[in-house]
Amino acid sequence: MSERVQVAVIGGGPAGLAAALSAKKAGAERVVILERDKGPGGILQQCIHNGFGLHYFGQELTGPEYAQRFVSQLEDTDIELFLDTMVLEVTKDRRITAVSAERGLIELQADAVVLAMGCRERTRGALLIPGTRPAGVFTAGCAQRLVNMEACLPGKRVVILGSGDIGLIMARRMVWEGAEVLMVCELMPYSSGLNRNIVQCLQDNDIPLYFNTTVTCIHGKERVEGVTIAQVDPATRKPLPETARYVACDTLLLSVGLIPENELTTPTGAQMDRVTSGAVVDEFRQTTVPGIFACGNVLHVHDLVDNVSREAEIAGEAAAKFARGQLPSGPRRRVLTSGGARYAVPQLVSEDCQELDLYFRVGAAFKPALVQVFQGDTLIKQQKKPVMTPGEMEKLHLRLEKGQGDLRLHVEQA
Amino acid sequence: MYDVLIVGGGVTGCAIARALSRYRLKVAVLDGAADVAMGASRANSAIVHAGYDCEPGSKMARLNVRGNAMFDQLCQELDVPLKRVGSLVLGFSQQDGKSLERLYQNGLANGVPGLRLLSAEETHAMQPGLSDKVLGALYAPTGGITCPYELTCALAKNAMDNGVEFYLGSPVRSIATLADAVEVETEEQVLLRGRYVVNAAGVHADEVSALAGDASFHIRPRKGEYILFDRAVSDFVQMVLFQAPTAMGKGILVAPTVDGNAYIGPTAFNQDDKEDVSVRPEALDELKATAALSIPNLPLSKPITLFAGLRAVADTGDFVIGRSEKNPRLVQAAGICSPGLSSAPAIAEEVVASLAEAGLVLEENPAYSPLRKRKKRFRHMSPQEKAQAIAENPAYGRIICRCETVPEAEIVEAIREMPGVPSVDAVKRRTRAGMGRCQGGFCMPRVMELIERETNIPMDQITKNGGGSRICVGVTRGEAKQ
Repeated sequence: MSERVQVAVIGGGPAGLAAALSAKKAGAERVVILERDKGPGGILQQCIHNGFGLHYFGQELTGPEYAQRFVSQLEDTDIELFLDTMVLEVTKDRRITAVSAERGLIELQADAVVLAMGCRERTRGALLIPGTRPAGVFTAGCAQRLVNMEACLPGKRVVILGSGDIGLIMARRMVWEGAEVLMVCELMPYSSGLNRNIVQCLQDNDIPLYFNTTVTCIHGKERVEGVTIAQVDPATRKPLPETARYVACDTLLLSVGLIPENELTTPTGAQMDRVTSGAVVDEFRQTTVPGIFACGNVLHVHDLVDNVSREAEIAGEAAAKFARGQLPSGPRRRVLTSGGARYAVPQLVSEDCQELDLYFRVGAAFKPALVQVFQGDTLIKQQKKPVMTPGEMEKLHLRLEKGQGDLRLHVEQA
Repeated sequence: MYDVLIVGGGVTGCAIARALSRYRLKVAVLDGAADVAMGASRANSAIVHAGYDCEPGSKMARLNVRGNAMFDQLCQELDVPLKRVGSLVLGFSQQDGKSLERLYQNGLANGVPGLRLLSAEETHAMQPGLSDKVLGALYAPTGGITCPYELTCALAKNAMDNGVEFYLGSPVRSIATLADAVEVETEEQVLLRGRYVVNAAGVHADEVSALAGDASFHIRPRKGEYILFDRAVSDFVQMVLFQAPTAMGKGILVAPTVDGNAYIGPTAFNQDDKEDVSVRPEALDELKATAALSIPNLPLSKPITLFAGLRAVADTGDFVIGRSEKNPRLVQAAGICSPGLSSAPAIAEEVVASLAEAGLVLEENPAYSPLRKRKKRFRHMSPQEKAQAIAENPAYGRIICRCETVPEAEIVEAIREMPGVPSVDAVKRRTRAGMGRCQGGFCMPRVMELIERETNIPMDQITKNGGGSRICVGVTRGEAKQ
């Protein structure tokens, strides 16, 4: 027998918390959050550095503080938080199967579902780095958990591959914990992390960042003893053998990309975006399966949690409306990208949508960048920005004319 | 005094241990590694070969075909997966057609059941997605797949349940042969006396044999490297696909695993180092290019890991099995390269017979049970079974490894039942926690917490794989735990 809920939110990280609260505010009756961890907050629990909330709260908070703001609000509502609960399946009819030690097998029938499962880190295996398989190779987030949650030091002489934000944050953390961080190697000619993290985490600690450089082999039988690094040909990204050199270290941290965790999404039949690796959504963050919404890093990888919260509020409110039969369901038009625009979210927009915040990322650095939005063949918005880099998510506010015709976002060098 | 000391805790040694445990005997298994299945048994093609490619009349041919036929019962008793998916040896040219014909004749001579030479049409119908250059194949319906480390762990567990003892983590340093016994000493100065010693030491079997006074063969490791793919993209291959052997080599396999992944490999690289299981950078291009001859559309953008294993290839050209001519108390199970996994149950049978021949008295052990009883894996349970399991033990409701859906209950069971000191990889081999697409990024710290809770090994002392493979090098706050 499955229990009826109005809005089921899968994941109790920043996206799930904000979505549940906003669904509640929009009048949803029974709202349930299903969270696999023992406490709410998701990855924020281990992000003990500050830098969160500048946009959303107008002040700088640590990850746990940021999460606590939402958890405190939750306590004033009747939103149910199922902790230590793993969702095993979501169907297109919004039936949810989950398990927990406390509740056993849980079967819910939801009027609307918000997917907020977050993302996972790309691994050494996905990169096919050859060599041995010793202890001492960690994804940056795994190392972060060991340091910040388990009080363990993962290593003392550290090479970091990839300049994603978690890698940059961990570079500084490892230095603060007494380790030596030798370098950060970045395959691309630019960082995928925030500029402020490059300054505060690397430059302030004299850690070199080598662009167009990668790790080509891992050495060490039981524990990492060193890595081979090499520069890559900027055109092909292939390592240049003559530049290879051995770097003695006991730890390799990987910060080489985040992948939305859509294992529960794909079986629902929701259309997926090959660029974001998340679902295709409309301005309500509704997937192509009616009543199933997605927000946060499961939809596309964000740079700032502040943006996650905003996006989750959209999804939560819309889920509540859907559950009450109040969400408009008119025809949609597409949001296409061209030039340097790598992706845009939402990918679909209702024909009668009049105002829209479009979030997007570029595929390379543009200094300065020219951004244009076309509706059909008509240019409806144009703006210049001094710098756009792949590490930063961009936002563009649009006023739309009612009507048909796809939107197209175009970015080029100004 | 033990009746039999088995040096080597791979699939061969553990199969022998289990086979001996059905008799009233005192048996011990010794291995230098911290766990069983730490050599070739944890990194190979996981194939139960049909047996058509071994030289007729060889030990390999006889034991492979016999072993293959024993696998159904073995896997059933031990609750280990076995899928008779069948194998194809693909031919790409007229020349290959002759090779296939020769393999077919070999197979008939070896007594391999059900072999058939297929036309191009039949081949493509059987395995979609093959290269259009495939002109035919040799089909072996008895070819199958299993999980070699799970099989080894299950053999060890069943042997333990039947009274076999395990001494892990210290390599054998010396073997002294006395008038009526052998004395085996390890590097940690564990001294064990046994009436007979069985050499199942994998790549080190020549050294162990020499310690016992028999230097009649040498072993050279032959590395095999693999790329394993994400389960989400692994439905491109349903059968074990070989390539016709040519002057260019044995080719590269494309095959599914019993856990729903697919892999390409192995390479065949001769080396002297017996410990080096690194994947060579140059192996990647070789694997990709050669495997693509069989299946052109490989999901090369979705690998989850690379691994390599070492085949223990003896210079005799065959398995070295049976009583040593130099030492009456030594029985060999050496040179066990491919098809060693397929042959393991038959090798065990043969070694037991050799021990009996050497004078070991075999008296049935009335308490012997061939069954490794364990609960159905959570990921294979129906919703009702899941609800029931959690009701009986709430730790089934706590999922530690999300990618492979492994609950705390299965991890705790593995920690409590393993023969050696628990490590993260020892848990992984027994439960699959950490084998999925996130490769332990999420669950590793949680598995470490459970190891700490169950064993009192402090978090910062837990190893990846025993020995010096500590995962953390110290603590960041508070006192180091004692």
